[in-house]
Amino acid sequence: MSVGKRKSHESAEAHVSGTAIYTDDQRLPSGMLSLFPVLAPHAKARITKIDVSAAYEVEGVVTVLTADDVPGENNTGVIVHDEILLATDEVSYWGQAVIWVAGETEEAARLGAEKVIVTYETLDPILSIKDAIVAQSFHHSPQVVRRGDPQTALQSADFCLDGEVEMNGQDHFYLETQTSWVIPDGEGHYQVYSSTQHPTETQIIVARVLGIASNQVVVTCLRMGGGFGGKESQANPFASVAAIAAHKTGRPARVKLRRHHDMILTGKRHGYLGQYHVGFTADGLITALDVDLYADGGWSLDLSPPVLLRAMLHVDNTYYIPHLEVRGRIAKLNRVSNTAFRGFGGPQGMVVIEDILDRVARTLNLPPDVVRERNFYHGTGETNTTHYGQELYDNRLARIWHEAKALRSSSPSGVVANFAERQVAIAQFNQANLHKKRGIAITPVKFGISFNKTQYNQAGALILVYADGSIQLNHGGTEMGQGLHTKMLQVAAQTLGVSLDRFRIMPTSTDKVPNTSATAASSGSDLNGQAVKNACETIQSRLATVAVRMMTLDTPEDLVFANDWIYCRSYPQNRVLFADVVKQAYSDRISLSATGYYRTPNIYWDETTGKGRPFYYFAYGVAVSEVEVDGFTGTFKLRQVDIVHDAGASLNPLIDQGQIEGGFVQGMGWLTMEELVWDTQGRLRTDAPSTYKIPTIGEVPEHFQVHLLERAAQDGVIYGSKAIGEPPFMLAISVREAIRAAIAAFGQPSHVPLTSPATPEVILWAIEQVRAESFSLNTPTDLDVLVPSK
Amino acid sequence: MTSALQNHFTIVINGATVRLKDVSPTMTLLHYLRQSGRIGTKEGCGDGDCGACTVAIVAQGSDGKPHYQAMNSCLIPLGAVAGREIVTVEGVSRDRLHPVQTAMVTTGGSQCGYCTPGFVMSLFAAYYDRALNDACVEGNLCRCTGYLAIRRAAQEVVENQPDDSDDRFHQHLQTTSADLSEISYNGNDQWFYRPTRLQDVLTLMEQYPDATLIAGGTDLGLEISYHRQHCEVMISLEAVTELKTLENTLEFVEIGAAVPLIHVEETLRGVFPSLDEMLHWFAARQIRTRATIGGNIGTASPIGDLPPVLLSLDAELKLAHSMGDRTIPLSDFFKGYRQTDLQPGEVIVSVKIPKSASTRRLSQAYKIGKRGTDDISIVAAAFVIDLDEDDRILHARLAYGGVAAIPIRAIAVEQMLIGKFWNHETIQHVKPALKQAFTPLTDLRGSADYRSLLVANLFEKFFVEFGEAPIQALEVTA
Ligand SMILES: Cc1cc2nc3c(=O)[nH]c(=O)nc-3n(C[C@H](O)[C@H](O)[C@H](O)COP(=O)(O)OP(=O)(O)OC[C@H]3O[C@@H](n4cnc5c(N)ncnc54)[C@H](O)[C@@H]3O)c2cc1C
Ligand code: FES
Ligand code: FES
Repeated sequence: MSVGKRKSHESAEAHVSGTAIYTDDQRLPSGMLSLFPVLAPHAKARITKIDVSAAYEVEGVVTVLTADDVPGENNTGVIVHDEILLATDEVSYWGQAVIWVAGETEEAARLGAEKVIVTYETLDPILSIKDAIVAQSFHHSPQVVRRGDPQTALQSADFCLDGEVEMNGQDHFYLETQTSWVIPDGEGHYQVYSSTQHPTETQIIVARVLGIASNQVVVTCLRMGGGFGGKESQANPFASVAAIAAHKTGRPARVKLRRHHDMILTGKRHGYLGQYHVGFTADGLITALDVDLYADGGWSLDLSPPVLLRAMLHVDNTYYIPHLEVRGRIAKLNRVSNTAFRGFGGPQGMVVIEDILDRVARTLNLPPDVVRERNFYHGTGETNTTHYGQELYDNRLARIWHEAKALRSSSPSGVVANFAERQVAIAQFNQANLHKKRGIAITPVKFGISFNKTQYNQAGALILVYADGSIQLNHGGTEMGQGLHTKMLQVAAQTLGVSLDRFRIMPTSTDKVPNTSATAASSGSDLNGQAVKNACETIQSRLATVAVRMMTLDTPEDLVFANDWIYCRSYPQNRVLFADVVKQAYSDRISLSATGYYRTPNIYWDETTGKGRPFYYFAYGVAVSEVEVDGFTGTFKLRQVDIVHDAGASLNPLIDQGQIEGGFVQGMGWLTMEELVWDTQGRLRTDAPSTYKIPTIGEVPEHFQVHLLERAAQDGVIYGSKAIGEPPFMLAISVREAIRAAIAAFGQPSHVPLTSPATPEVILWAIEQVRAESFSLNTPTDLDVLVPSK
Repeated sequence: MTSALQNHFTIVINGATVRLKDVSPTMTLLHYLRQSGRIGTKEGCGDGDCGACTVAIVAQGSDGKPHYQAMNSCLIPLGAVAGREIVTVEGVSRDRLHPVQTAMVTTGGSQCGYCTPGFVMSLFAAYYDRALNDACVEGNLCRCTGYLAIRRAAQEVVENQPDDSDDRFHQHLQTTSADLSEISYNGNDQWFYRPTRLQDVLTLMEQYPDATLIAGGTDLGLEISYHRQHCEVMISLEAVTELKTLENTLEFVEIGAAVPLIHVEETLRGVFPSLDEMLHWFAARQIRTRATIGGNIGTASPIGDLPPVLLSLDAELKLAHSMGDRTIPLSDFFKGYRQTDLQPGEVIVSVKIPKSASTRRLSQAYKIGKRGTDDISIVAAAFVIDLDEDDRILHARLAYGGVAAIPIRAIAVEQMLIGKFWNHETIQHVKPALKQAFTPLTDLRGSADYRSLLVANLFEKFFVEFGEAPIQALEVTA
């Protein structure tokens, strides 16, 4: 069996030896030009004059690219064409690349870029979601998804609360910055090497910018040094710029962003503002929810509409809310255009509802975990159906939740305890400590798997078997560290019953598999795995006829392909070697290459009604986190994390565990320390790892346990597995909620508002507020000022 | 200088001697490695912050012996590695993987693999120091794995650490030398000097008044990596004998300006608790192996972490100049934002810290950043309180970083404390004054209000942690 094994990453040995080649590690073609950008110094301004002449005086400068050099359309917008590539009249965010200088060396290009003079007339920028709301500056039309009648239900609710949740964006901080090389062949064709999660889209955009057909452009992605959504659409402008330079000069050209340029120029996770009215019963059951979600779309639309929709479809998380209306808007700001990032809006929607649940619980003086559990989707029919009309069916929530609560894990203090016992111990600790408080929280995740846009849910593969029995495997997905190639090799080896070392996995290339979808939405192995399996089965059935002849059997039925042999199940002694069958097939003039294809069945989405079955299935997980917060400084320490996650029948538990751990830590970074700071002029102040802090090993607790849900095979998915890329990210909400619990322990608040990220400063102010409230314990609590409407 | 000016120098990379002629001595080692086809070493930031560029260099440890030390190649100008030995990721395995590589493969320590060469090099260096722990990779960022698999890899190696008597790197360390020779290099219209005597430094500074001094290069490296500074003449202090001494007597400790912080950490552990604590939170281990105490003071950053500690301990600076030497209190050294009392042609020779005769001394340092590990301070603080037998305060030092244009003491509050009892009332009494002691700025790291609150809260935290604690006996280690 290849599938289900803890196999190391197929490139692991190359990774540790430094021999794994990334885009910018390839042998430099002779005459390669390097490109360097000229950045806009204003968040919004009219360009009055561009003077590039001085750049040409710099030795080594070959050419300067301006809008006039674009042979096709000067636009890289993906959903709508609203993303000017080389600015003509206006700049829309601070740091926008206006002009690119091509030089014999990066140094020459950089010095040339310093010489370019652009004059501007500044305009008033919009720099926050709230300012955009005031100015009614929005992209796209408003979106609504609705179930029941929340307005009426709010009127009749036992309790009502209003509130607001604000959260920051997040830089992807993939370790490899954006890189593209374009090599012209002199006959009007372009070979693009790009660190891109979406080679097909890069191909389309490069062709559009050059004004040529897609078949003139080949885009190849070797592997990426991290993507996380940040190379889904964001690779396109840089590949396009390199292509324009290649077109103009006839020479190969390269863009490799330096870190600060990458952080300034590329889109990030959307910051969000959520405003809500919630109605609930004295038991903490939510009866009605009315929410507005505002996403910081930045200056252009990019992928904001599907990101917003996913946020709207995850604002329920795991909770049955009989009356729910969610409205979404994409604010248009003079900031970088935000984009896909692991979770794709899901995390933002979930942070809002988890905030609400905690508040409901504290308002009623009930334990948050109890209130969460009471509100779970359950049963069948209505109570197990989302606000967009999709029933959960194989609802694994209760099972995972109870497993997580029952886990008896050893804590940093050496005590082995389950959730309830730990809660008691923490309460005791908090009693005994005035200046340090601990908090524990358990939070669930339900994440819908499939691209919201039905048409993207298709994939292709191409398998080439050579007469010596060696095999090349191609599929439409890209490798960014998530282990997709490894899993695809396992699937292919499993299906063909051959050993893994027969294979070479090929770089993802648009001349092998056309019209692919982005490797995104956690769908990489679900979609490509089925396509690979399909291609392998085609080869298999052709080989079967040959094998049957070789073994002088009557029919190809009941043949087994295993361990590089082919035999009949009922008579295993009579067998032939896979390699011999291949050789014979070639002699018999049987085709040894095949394509594979897959489309996800039974999914649909009606945009006009906001209803449908957009997801093929749901992934589930539960996390328990424990923190300690310092009352003098607001600093916190994550003490312990325990996770139960549903990876189905994991294709590769080693890889899936890595996805869970990595996703969780990335989510914790987003929620606690990764703070994007823009100043009042819209300049990004956190454009380097010295100012933008992602977690280090020091922030990751020793006590970190991941349990994969057992007996969890998922029907209809490749070998019973489940998507794993994104869902674990949201398990980190447990850290935020544990911090909130610890803050609450400094008093007895009915509400602990927290902006995100919960940095030490944010935490300390929250503690101060809690303390101030508990000093005046006699003042009315939120409970007294609730709107009793009955 | 005794050596003649040369237009070339050599570096040993993965055992092979490479001769470099007419190169820019300020080209970063990372740039050179990648340009020369050694693409295993990656650039993740060019900032010293991500560790993707980590290589190992043979350098002298605090025990005086040669060690492999992890080093950020993006911060190191080529001149600084002249005549030295480097191991890159390409050189770690020959016929089979190195134990740290094997462990990284089997535990799933690499996902996208881009950070991996850097982790491998940090683990490689720690392997030969028998120091495979979290700290050895705290300067390496990984965005994919969440570090858990990497931690498991390190643990796996520790559990199965093989006998390395026939390991070629281990053997090499037994025979090689980490002594630094004198270098006088001129190429690409730039000069790079590495003298071994203080006298030569002073002469060179006279000869080249605009020369840039470089010690560990962990501050300067940023300027070079991002081309913000063109250094025509560089004088490396790394090999200067007089700047590399570390003396620990009954009355004082004297630390040479060019002593790497890791040596300070290892040699002086237990002498000054606040120094121990601050060094623990100072940057990441691989920065501390390069960074020096002279550089931390010389760079005169208001958020430098050691000045508050040194101010609280009443440290003095010894300065040398061709016209004569002088000694000044550190508190007189910082003049304004990034301005010091250092005169043209003057060099910091050492930092001298007196040992207190007090028998009841409390001291500690605190550093608050957005991220606990390897972050720049929002506020750093160091406190010293000496008590008499009745718990009355005899002597007080409250020094801070991040709250003013220079590292600074809260002198008015120190005076308020003298003669008071070391108790809760006293703390509450001075807290309002402390909160208003400085007018810090709001910046990307934190707001002015947060900083002011920390100034007061950290002192109270110090009291809570040390108020009731048993009084420590002053450690007298000479
Ligand atoms: C990733 C990273 C993290 C960091 N974290 C921290 C941190 O947590 N806390 C902190 O305080 N700093 C930090 N720093 C800054 C830096 O590491 C320290 O300031 C370090 O002590 C500088 O020492 P150096 O020897 O590397 O100085 P260099 O870079 O060599 O020199 C710095 C400056 O001092 C001058 N100089 C050096 N020696 C002398 C001398 N003997 N006489 C006169 N002038 C001299 C140089 O000319 C130069 O201007 C960090 C840097 C990086 C890259
Ligand atoms: S490249 Fe990031 S530390 Fe050197
Ligand atoms: S494996 Fe991708 S950054 Fe570490």
